[in-house]
Amino acid sequence: MERVLFGDNQFFGVNHSSDEKARAQTIRFQEDDAIMAVLDSAIDEGINTFMCTTHDRIGEICNRIRGNDKYKDFKLYPCMPYAHKYANAVTELGYLGTIKQFVPGNIFSTFAKGGLAFMKKDFNELARLMIDAEMKMFKGINTPVIWVQNVITDLLLGLGMTDFLVTFYRHIKEKYQAEPGFITMNLPLLLDSLEKAGIENPTVCASINKIGFRMSGGIKKYEEVIAQKRCRLVAMQVLAAGAVPPKEAFEYVCSLEGVESILFGASSRANIHQSKSIIESCSVLVHG
Amino acid sequence: MIRTGIIGLGKMGISHCAILGAHPDVKLVAVCDSSSLVIDAFKKHTRFQCFTDYRKMITEMDLDAIVIASPTKFHTEMVHYALDRSLHVFCEKPFVLKAEDAEVLAEKAEKKKLVNQVGYHNRFLGTFNEVKILLQMNVLGELYHFSGESYGPVVLREKGSTWRSQKGQGGGCLYDYASHTIDLIHFLLDKPMDVSGTQLKRIYSNDVEDAVYSSIILQNGLSGQLSVNWSDETHRKMNTQITILGKKGKIIADATEVKIFLKEANELLDLPKGWTIKYLTELTPNVDYYLRGEEYSSQIDHFIKCINNSETNNKSSFRSASYTDQLISKLITDSK
Repeated sequence: MERVLFGDNQFFGVNHSSDEKARAQTIRFQEDDAIMAVLDSAIDEGINTFMCTTHDRIGEICNRIRGNDKYKDFKLYPCMPYAHKYANAVTELGYLGTIKQFVPGNIFSTFAKGGLAFMKKDFNELARLMIDAEMKMFKGINTPVIWVQNVITDLLLGLGMTDFLVTFYRHIKEKYQAEPGFITMNLPLLLDSLEKAGIENPTVCASINKIGFRMSGGIKKYEEVIAQKRCRLVAMQVLAAGAVPPKEAFEYVCSLEGVESILFGASSRANIHQSKSIIESCSVLVHG
Repeated sequence: MIRTGIIGLGKMGISHCAILGAHPDVKLVAVCDSSSLVIDAFKKHTRFQCFTDYRKMITEMDLDAIVIASPTKFHTEMVHYALDRSLHVFCEKPFVLKAEDAEVLAEKAEKKKLVNQVGYHNRFLGTFNEVKILLQMNVLGELYHFSGESYGPVVLREKGSTWRSQKGQGGGCLYDYASHTIDLIHFLLDKPMDVSGTQLKRIYSNDVEDAVYSSIILQNGLSGQLSVNWSDETHRKMNTQITILGKKGKIIADATEVKIFLKEANELLDLPKGWTIKYLTELTPNVDYYLRGEEYSSQIDHFIKCINNSETNNKSSFRSASYTDQLISKLITDSK
């Protein structure tokens, strides 16, 4: 993984500190051209990895990138699923209705793969089919790391259903020949659970910042676990939704030796440039 | 360790299940759901005992506490059953469909000294708690108006087939969304007592309302507006906001920030003249396990704390939830 990864929250109105800012961003990135322009700036600044949700609009971004020589070195890290899509479907249609809507093919026909899995109540197979449905839009795109979103990772952790995390891990390795990644707000618990399930040195993305925001169990526990180097770690929410100034924020996260990559999002070339330069200068200081 | 069971494994039930499953003071031992699809998944993939009959679960599992997250129309019967067997009860919102039942249940729980809580999670958000403190410190002076709003993208098309789209079952925007807004008004300002000019609007649903607009009067005489719409796709997820106006300024708060405008500086609270913005990052303490928002873990922590320490006053009791149920009845009557 590269040291700096570019995120997508700003494009889809996700802002952890202000719903008002989130709405302003939704308006600004209404057209795909606006998203592409920012991605182009990121590429100009030397960032070649875009970590993105499997939001419907990413499908359009994939269509622009696919086969275009300009983006031949550009990598996408898909993060699945876009959870609100499913959460709203469950409220509106129930579990059965949601499975019907998102598992490809007729789930009531045993001639269809989904139907057979459904009849046999093979939930692991249903999970694989839903992963495949989410991955469809990335056909022909370089996706070396494929992530499962924190809401799913953490839900499965709490339920003790670690076997689905293993299913995800194996399916991504076998079918997509990619590295499976786990996004989490519960880093210490995740590593313990994955190791128990036989997954060593997993690729993980977790909230890591100077003020301990969304670091469940507290910042001390996190620093201990990070220092143990039990995973390939991507730090997200480094700015703690804007609560820590960039220089201070990146200095902190660069000082942690167990952090391999840093994920951040920005809407302007100036901010991309500033963040990347700070990360690079801090990284040189720490890692020589 | 508190031996706990869950009834109902819908969206909220599963979320509670994960939070309880990760809680150090809880031994989640049993789950119950009427859907064979869900129960089979839990049988195959978890360590919990699985039931389709909640009475059987309560009888056989020797529980201390229960979380009820079934459709609202079942709450009364289930809460009665659990209280009769001396279980501490956490019940999802809205509490019950008939306001008179809410009072009976509150009385029963209080008499038996059992911990009783309803899942109004806004009461556990750092931002709204900050507003409560600011109001207690009288930062806005005499209040003259409020506006409670919730918007989100739940029903966006003319179809739908769950209990939430059926009349008389606790479905509809009034029970599902507006109950949160009403409870928040109660939490921050005072008991809502009366309503007028209520409009329950159907937008896409056939059987239930998709939007609720009304004027509300509180026990302390303050009046304000309620505006709730679950068919609004300009919001990515449910967004609840409260605006409070007083002679000395104004507060606008939602789950992520508190915006305070003061006509004059408040030296005691170190707030300048003009705008001050406080973000959830500075107002939210960490939780031990995070899923979807700190408030979901905090409200379960609080429930467990109340069980372990009988001195703790519950922040979202059956009694306080009963006022929301009463107001919902009044809104329905007023709209006719």
